[in-house]
Amino acid sequence: MPDGQAFLEVKDLKIHFPTDDGVVRSVDGLNFKLERGKTLGIVGESGSGKSVTSLGILGIYNHRNSKISGEIWLDGKEIVSASQDDVRKLRGNQMAMIFQDPLSAMHPYYTVGHQIVEAYRVHHNVSKKVARKHAVDMLGRVGIPQPDRRVDDYPHQFSGGMRQRAMIAMALVNDPHLLIADEPTTALDVTVQAQIMDLMHDLQAEFNSALIVITHDLGVVAELADDVLVMYGGRCIEYASAATIFEQPEHPYTWGLLGSMPRMDRPVQERLVPIAGSPPSLINLPKGCAFSPRCVYEERTGGLGTTVVPELTRAGGTNHLVRCHLPTEERQRLWVEEVKPKLEA
Amino acid sequence: MLLFIISAATFGIFYLIPRLVGATPETLATRYVGRAATPETVHLIAEKLGFYDPLWLQYGRWVKAIFVGADYNLGATVEHCPAPCFGYSFITKQPVWPELVDRLPVTLSLAIGAAILWLLLGLSIGTLSALRRGSFLDRSAMTFSLAGVSMPIFFTGMVSLLVFSYTLDWTAPGGSYTPFTESPSEWAYALLLPWLVLALQFSAQYARLTRAGMLETMGEDYIRTARAKGLRERDVNVKHGLRAALTPILTIFGLDFGLLLGGAVLTEQVFSLPGLGKYAVDAITNNDLPKVLGVTLMAAFFVVVANLIVDLLYAVVDPRVRLG
Amino acid sequence: MMRKSRALVAGTAALALTLSAAACGGSDDKGSDSSGGAKPEFNAALTQVYNPSDKKGGTIRLANSGDWDTLDPGETYYGYSWNFLRLYGRGLLMFKPVPGAEGNTVTPDLAEGLGTPSDGGKTWTYKIRKGVKFEDGTEVTSKDVKYAVLRSIDKETFPNGPAYFEGFLNLPAGYKGPYKSKGVNTDSAITTPDDQTIVFHLKQAFGGFDYFAALPQTVPVPEAKDTGAKYKEHVVSTGPYKFETNELGKSFKLVRNDKWDAATDPNRKALPDAYEVQLNVNADDIDNRLLSGDLDVDVVGTGVQPATLGRVVGDPTLKASTDNPTLARLWYTSINPTVAPLDNIDCRKAIEYAADKVGYQTAYGGPLAGGEITGTILPPMIPGYEKFDLYPSADGTGDVAKAKEHLAACGQPNGFETNIAYRAERPKEKATAEALQQSLARVGIKLTLKPFPQGDYFSQYAGNPPYVKNNKLGMNLNGWGADWNDGFGFLSQIVDSRVIRETGGSSNTSVRIPEVDQLLDKASAETDAAKRDAYWAQIDKRVMEEAVILPGVTAKSLLIRPKTLTNVFVSDAYNMYDYLSLGVA
Ligand SMILES: Nc1ncnc2c1ncn2[C@@H]1O[C@H](COP(=O)(O)OP(=O)(O)O)[C@@H](O)[C@H]1O
Ligand code: SF4
Ligand SMILES: [Mg+2]
Repeated sequence: MPDGQAFLEVKDLKIHFPTDDGVVRSVDGLNFKLERGKTLGIVGESGSGKSVTSLGILGIYNHRNSKISGEIWLDGKEIVSASQDDVRKLRGNQMAMIFQDPLSAMHPYYTVGHQIVEAYRVHHNVSKKVARKHAVDMLGRVGIPQPDRRVDDYPHQFSGGMRQRAMIAMALVNDPHLLIADEPTTALDVTVQAQIMDLMHDLQAEFNSALIVITHDLGVVAELADDVLVMYGGRCIEYASAATIFEQPEHPYTWGLLGSMPRMDRPVQERLVPIAGSPPSLINLPKGCAFSPRCVYEERTGGLGTTVVPELTRAGGTNHLVRCHLPTEERQRLWVEEVKPKLEA
Repeated sequence: MLLFIISAATFGIFYLIPRLVGATPETLATRYVGRAATPETVHLIAEKLGFYDPLWLQYGRWVKAIFVGADYNLGATVEHCPAPCFGYSFITKQPVWPELVDRLPVTLSLAIGAAILWLLLGLSIGTLSALRRGSFLDRSAMTFSLAGVSMPIFFTGMVSLLVFSYTLDWTAPGGSYTPFTESPSEWAYALLLPWLVLALQFSAQYARLTRAGMLETMGEDYIRTARAKGLRERDVNVKHGLRAALTPILTIFGLDFGLLLGGAVLTEQVFSLPGLGKYAVDAITNNDLPKVLGVTLMAAFFVVVANLIVDLLYAVVDPRVRLG
Repeated sequence: MMRKSRALVAGTAALALTLSAAACGGSDDKGSDSSGGAKPEFNAALTQVYNPSDKKGGTIRLANSGDWDTLDPGETYYGYSWNFLRLYGRGLLMFKPVPGAEGNTVTPDLAEGLGTPSDGGKTWTYKIRKGVKFEDGTEVTSKDVKYAVLRSIDKETFPNGPAYFEGFLNLPAGYKGPYKSKGVNTDSAITTPDDQTIVFHLKQAFGGFDYFAALPQTVPVPEAKDTGAKYKEHVVSTGPYKFETNELGKSFKLVRNDKWDAATDPNRKALPDAYEVQLNVNADDIDNRLLSGDLDVDVVGTGVQPATLGRVVGDPTLKASTDNPTLARLWYTSINPTVAPLDNIDCRKAIEYAADKVGYQTAYGGPLAGGEITGTILPPMIPGYEKFDLYPSADGTGDVAKAKEHLAACGQPNGFETNIAYRAERPKEKATAEALQQSLARVGIKLTLKPFPQGDYFSQYAGNPPYVKNNKLGMNLNGWGADWNDGFGFLSQIVDSRVIRETGGSSNTSVRIPEVDQLLDKASAETDAAKRDAYWAQIDKRVMEEAVILPGVTAKSLLIRPKTLTNVFVSDAYNMYDYLSLGVA
C-alpha cells in the first residue's frame, strides 16, 4: 500500500443531485478511512445521506443526473475517476452491499439460489453447477438450515431473518474485502436483529473484510463498530472510536442520538426521546451550523451558530473530530454535568 | 357456462329488440326472402326458421344441435349436421361450424404474426424509451406511439395498401390469402402488410405500457441489488427490469390476443382477409343469426381461454402467485 | 390533443402524396394504352365497344364487395349475377351482348328463336337447339329446362329467387316444386312434347313472357345432379365456362368448358381462358385495385365508393377512364292521398311544383353519381319511354308561384303541415328529406322528418297503409329498380293498386288509380311488343297527372373502366359492363 494509505480512503466526497427545485447536496465533503478487519459505523437520522454515501462508494448512481466529486481509494485504486465498467467489475466482487429490506431487495421472480449463482458467475467464469454448489455452501455458512433444499426457494418463501441471511450470503459469495451493510437489521424484529449482528461479526472476522455498518441505531454501532461517523445534513459532525462516542461524545446532536437510543432496561414508552425538530432540507441547509435550529446550546455560541459553518476540528478523545463552535472544554463539561446524568437517570 | 350466457344474450338481442318495435315472425322472415316475395313465401320461411316457436324453444333447439347435431332439409336432400352443429346460415344455407373452422387459421395466422411483431417492436421501443427517458429517442418514440394509437386501422391500412401494394408493388394487394399449408412463402407475403399495420397499432400501445412498467420497476430495490452485484447494465435492464415489467403486460397481451382470435375485425375488413372478424361483420350486416351466434361463441371462447391461460401463465411467471 | 392533430395532419399529407402518386401511375398507363386504338375518354364505353379485339386467352380478375347472392340459376336475383351467369349457363333467351339500345332486347340462346305465343298469349312455345351439352357431355333436353323452372318454384328451398313462374304458370293447386311434390303431374303448366320443344301454359295471357324466358331460372339443371340448396356449390355448366374451384363466401374460378360448342352459340365470344372472382372484398380496396390495374372488374357494377368519386371528379385523367351509365332505378317520393290534406289533388300538385329537384340530385351525390333529374317515373332506357315533365320549373329548383296557386286552390293558401318518412340507415334519404323540407317551406308546407329502420320500412311503416294513415305520413322516400328493363317489370310493383296489402310490405304506397290498373292489365296481355310499349308512357303520364309520385332522379353510377381488358362496353340491359364480351388485352 503506497504511503501508508488505508485500505479504504474517502476524501472530500461530494454527491449532489441537481433537481428542478435546486441542488440536493446529499453528501457534502465527507472524509474517512477504514482498514481491513475493522468496522466503521455511520450513524444519523434518516435523510442524512448515509445510503447515498454507500451507493456512491459502490459507484451506483445515475451518471446523467448526479454530480460526484472527491476521491475514493479502494485498495490503492481510485474509483471516482475510474471507468464505469472498471467499477462494475469491483462491485459485488471487491466490495459488496447488504440492503435494508431483504424482501424488496431480492428479485421476487428468481429463486434465492439463482440470485446467488448470478452474483457469483458475474465475476467467476464457472458453470452453473459449480456456482450452485458454491451458493449452497454460502447459504450453509450464513446459517440457513437444509441449504441444498432452500436454495430453490423464492425470497417470499423465506422468513425475514432468513432472507437477510440469504442477502448476506449473496454479498459474501465473492469474498469481498469491503462490505457495506445499509441498515441491515432495521426491517427485522429484535431477537433476529441480534442474530444477524452476531453473524456479521463472525463473518467479518472470518473474511477479514472491512465493514461499514450504516444505521440510525447506536445500539447496532455499540455492538459492531470500531469507529463511528455521525452524519448530519450530508456532512460528518462527529468522528471517533466507538468507545469515545459512547463515553465522551462532544456534539449536541450525538447526545441527542444517545438519548433516543432504545434501552432494554426501560419500559417501551420511556426508551425513546427523539430529538426535537426535523432533519434539515439538503437543498437549503440552515445558515451557520446545520444543526442550529434544533440545538439547545445554540445561544452559547454567541450568534456564531446561525452565521458561520463550524469546521470539523480535533476534540477531546483520540482521533476525535467534532463540528461545533463550542469549545471542547465546554462540550466536555456539558456532557459530564448535564447530559450524561440525564441519560443515566 | 359463461359461454351460454353470452349466446343467450346474443340470441335475445337478435329476437327481442325487433320484437320491442313490433316485429312479427313474418317481418323477421322478410329479411331472408327475395324482394317481392309473396306472403306465402314469407310465411313458409318464418316457419322453416322456427320463428313461430317460443323463444326458449328456439334457443333450446340451437343448444341441442351443438351437442347432438341436427338435420337440415336442403330441398333435394336432407343433410345431417353432426355435433358440434352451430346451425345453418339463414342466408347461404351453409353449416356454420365448418366455416368457422375454415376461417380460424386465417385469423390465427394474422394474430400470431402480428403479435410477434408488436411484442418485439413494442417491448424494445418501450424499454429503450424508459432507459433513455426524456431523450430524443424517447420523445420521438412516444410521439410515434401516440400517432399509432390514435390512427385508425382503416386509415393506416388503406394508405399502406396504396403505397406499398399499389404504388410500389412491394406487398400483396388486399384480398390475398394463401394458407400456410399450401405455400408458406405466399402466406407470409400476403400477410406481411396486415401484420405490420396491426402490429403498428398494438406496438404503439405496448411501447407505452412497457415504458411505464419499466420506469416503475427500474426504481425498485432489487434493481439496485442487481447493480450492486456488478451485473452488466444490459442484464440489469432485461433480466431484472424487463422481466418484472413484463408480468402486467402479459395479462393485457393475453386479453388482446384472445380478443383478436375472435376476429381482427377492422384489419380483416380493410385487407379483405377471410377470417373470423370479416365473418362476424358479414354475419351481422346480413342479420344472419346462426353465423352471429357461432362467431360470438367462438370469440367468447377464445377470450375465456385466453383468460385461463393468462391465469396459468401468471403462476409460471410470478412465483408469488404460484405458491402464495 | 395537439399532438394527435399533428399526427393526423402528417397522415393526411401521406395519403395525399400517395393519391397523387397513384394518379401519376394512371397517366403513365394512358400512354401505353392508346396503342389499342380506343381513346380513354369519359363515357368511351357507354354506347360503343372500347378496345375491340378478338384476342383469346388470359384471366379476368373480378371482385365482389359482398357475398355472391347465389350462383344457383334458380335462385339468383341480382342483375350483376344474371349478367355474369351467362358465362356458365344458357337460358332459353338472353339479353343481347351488344352496346347501345339493342343490348336491351332479348335474343335466342338455348332456344332457336323467340317464343311463339298462342291462345292469345296464354301459351308460349320454345324450340331448343340441338347439340348443346352439359359440362359432362350429356345433351340438354327440354326436360332439363322444365325441371330447372319447376325446382325454382320451391320457395322454401329458394326463398330469394324471383317468383314470376309460380305467379303465371298454370300449376296444379298446392304444387310446391319437384322436391316436395314428387311425381305430381305438371303438364298443366309445362309440357315437353319432345326433347327439343318446351311449352309454357299460363293462367292468363301475358305478352312479355319472353322476358321470363330470359330469366336464369330457365338455365337447364340436370335432375340427377341437383342437390337443392347445395346445388350452388356445383352448378353444372352449359356455357363456355365451368367451375374449377368454388369456395363459398371467398372465391371461385371459371375455366373453359370443352363441351361447349361455339357452333351452337351465336352470342358468346368466350375470349379469356378463365375468370377469377374474389368475394367479400373491402369496397374501397376494390376501387384502389381497379385504379392501379391490380383488378379488372368490380363485378357488382354499382359504381365507385364516395372516397373514389371525389378523386375521380377532381382528376381529368382519372375521369377519362370512367363511364357513367344511367340505371333503371328511380329515386322518388310517394305522396300519400290517404293523408289529409293530400287527399286534395291541388295540395299534391303544390308539392310537385315546390320541390327543389336540384336539391334532390345533390342529396343523392350530384349529377355523376347521384343521377339525372327527371319528371317521369320511367327511366329512359325502358322501351316506350317518353320524356315529359308535368310540373316544370325553369332551373329545376321548383316553381314557387305555381305551387302557391295550387295551395290556394286546395284551400290551404298559407301551406300545411305533414310528415315525411325515410330510411334511417340511408344518409342520402335523410339529405333528400331535409332538402324537401327546405324547399317546401318556401310555400309554407311544413315537413316533419320521420326516420324508420330500413328492415321494417315497408312492412311496418311507410308501406303499411293503416300506419301511414294513423301517423299522417303524407310523404315517404322511396326507390325502385326493375328486374329487367321493361315497362311491366318497372311499373307493376309501384303503380298497381292491387299490390298494396293492408298488412304492409308493398313498395307502392300511394298509387291507387283504377284506370292505371286496367291499363296495366291490357299492356301485360299484349303480345305485340310495339303496341305493349306504347302503354307504358300512357300509364306514366296518368300517374303523374294524379301527382301521387314525386320523381326525383334517375340513378347513375360511375364505373371504372378496366384498362387491362378489351371489348369493354356498358350493357343497356344491366347498366354495367357486359361480362360476356370482355377479353384480356
Ligand atoms: N437521485 C437522487 N436525486 C435527488 N435526491 C436524492 C437522490 N438520491 C437521494 N437523494 C436525497 O438525498 C438525501 C439523502 O438520502 P439517503 O442517503 O437515502 O438518506 P439516509 O441517510 O436515510 O440513507 C435524501 O434527502 C434524498 O431525498
Ligand atoms: S455549533 Fe452551535 S448550534 Fe451547532 S451544534 Fe454546536 S452548539 Fe449547536
Ligand atoms: Mg438510507
